[in-house]
Amino acid sequence: MSGNNPALAAPAAPREKLKPAGFVAIGLWIAVAAAFAFYFVRAFDVTLIERFGWSYLHGLWVTVSLVGVSFVLGAIVSLPVALGRMASNPIAQGLAFAFVYFFRGTPLIAQIFLFYYGFGQFRGFFETIGLWWFFREAWYCGLFSLALNTAAYQAEILRGAIESVPKGQWEGGRSLGLSRQVIFFKVVMPQAMIVALRPYANEIILMIKASAIVAIITVYDLFGETRQAYSRTYDFQTYVWAALLYLALVEALRHATNWAERRLTRHLKR
Amino acid sequence: MRLAQSFALAAALAGLFAGTAVAQQSDADKDWSKVVIGTEGAYPPFNFLDASGELKGFDVDIAKALCAEMKVECTFVTQDWDGMIPALQNGNFDALVASMSITPEREEQIAFTNKYYQTPPAIAVPKDSEITEATDATLSGKAIGAQVSTTHAQAAAALFPSADVRQYPTAEEYKLDIENGRLDAVMDDVVVLDEWLKSDAGACCKLLSTLTADPAIYGKGVGVGLRKGDDKLKTMLDDAIVAIRENGTYDKIQKTYFDFDVYGKEPAAQ
Repeated sequence: MSGNNPALAAPAAPREKLKPAGFVAIGLWIAVAAAFAFYFVRAFDVTLIERFGWSYLHGLWVTVSLVGVSFVLGAIVSLPVALGRMASNPIAQGLAFAFVYFFRGTPLIAQIFLFYYGFGQFRGFFETIGLWWFFREAWYCGLFSLALNTAAYQAEILRGAIESVPKGQWEGGRSLGLSRQVIFFKVVMPQAMIVALRPYANEIILMIKASAIVAIITVYDLFGETRQAYSRTYDFQTYVWAALLYLALVEALRHATNWAERRLTRHLKR
Repeated sequence: MRLAQSFALAAALAGLFAGTAVAQQSDADKDWSKVVIGTEGAYPPFNFLDASGELKGFDVDIAKALCAEMKVECTFVTQDWDGMIPALQNGNFDALVASMSITPEREEQIAFTNKYYQTPPAIAVPKDSEITEATDATLSGKAIGAQVSTTHAQAAAALFPSADVRQYPTAEEYKLDIENGRLDAVMDDVVVLDEWLKSDAGACCKLLSTLTADPAIYGKGVGVGLRKGDDKLKTMLDDAIVAIRENGTYDKIQKTYFDFDVYGKEPAAQ
């Protein structure tokens, strides 16, 4: 448990003295920052905000809702997959392994193309089984691929976290006469979730950025709206805005994770 | 080593900003014996890659004829449509021959030669479609596909505000999606749609109607895009367009692709 206690972390290495080259490098970086600030202030154009402000907010909402919903769906799918990965049954193990192998091993862009354009070729089949309304919409297709993709990653996070909980916790639970379900959900999972918190936050951050890919299947997320704005103005500050909005999203998430970690590990502080 | 990396990155960024700040330069001291031409390669019959990966099409043949007329050596590069103008400005190529309409928004960014063709936009629908005419009322709530950042996408949004206009990275994707039944109509150049409808892939659909091109959106026809300041190259190309129109080369090329005059009735705007 020492890993969760900052007081026990190794002391930071003493700071090295800046050498002349270091000063030059820092000077260069300051120059870059100044150039960027100068560019942005000079290029800043209020009429662009009037023209595209609402579409950026709309795009931000599409990105947030897409990532939020697919993350939750992915979490639900990841539980049986993680259990399958840890199962002793070779069929369950094989299926779970194949799922993770495919979704982690192929590019997200290929998966999205496959689900959007590929499934579109089997319209008759999907109409027969009554699922065409789902695969007809680009937003659902994006959601579907993002959810399955993140499920594969989340399954691995979950498996690693569950396996990191010492065997003694299972044994202790059993000696108290608890059922397997109770031990799993009330003893092991809460401890595993603390270990999994950081990797989960990492996964959401990766998803926020990866979700920009849905712009190519006609979903106007933040990046899609940015491309629209850029195509009308040819002004690079449209991309700067998008970058700042993505940065703000990730930054908010980082703070939320820090807060959650502090809250969840209170009992481990001494 | 990290210091060296820091240097390299800072220098690269500084170069990037310096690059965007460069004012337009005149090409008076260039001899233009070699010209690099940029095109998309995904817009049949104007520019496309054939089965062997070779660039073909009306744009490509016209560009070759112009180069022969100007007695310059030309090489071709392909570039994604929505990065076309920045790639030209960054100097990845010198002349953009990619069926780009001369619009006021684009003229703020780059220069154009006089037009080398001008064809009207049109709308295609699935063969079993109940839509009989292209008006905002009949297309209300319908999904219209068009290529991203094109005059057609812009015009679709302007002409049919109650429709749901979806933008695709290339023409290939909206063609796939109307075949798959996700789109109720597609909008593009009449020649592009006609070529597609005549092919096996276009068997799903029929031409609904040809539309009048709004000059505010469509501009003055299709021209060769150039960097601002490359006046010498512009004069060379303008002269070459007149020359191939007069010596019959243009007609010969046009006959291999079309059975009507794509130059349009209106003379080139001066």
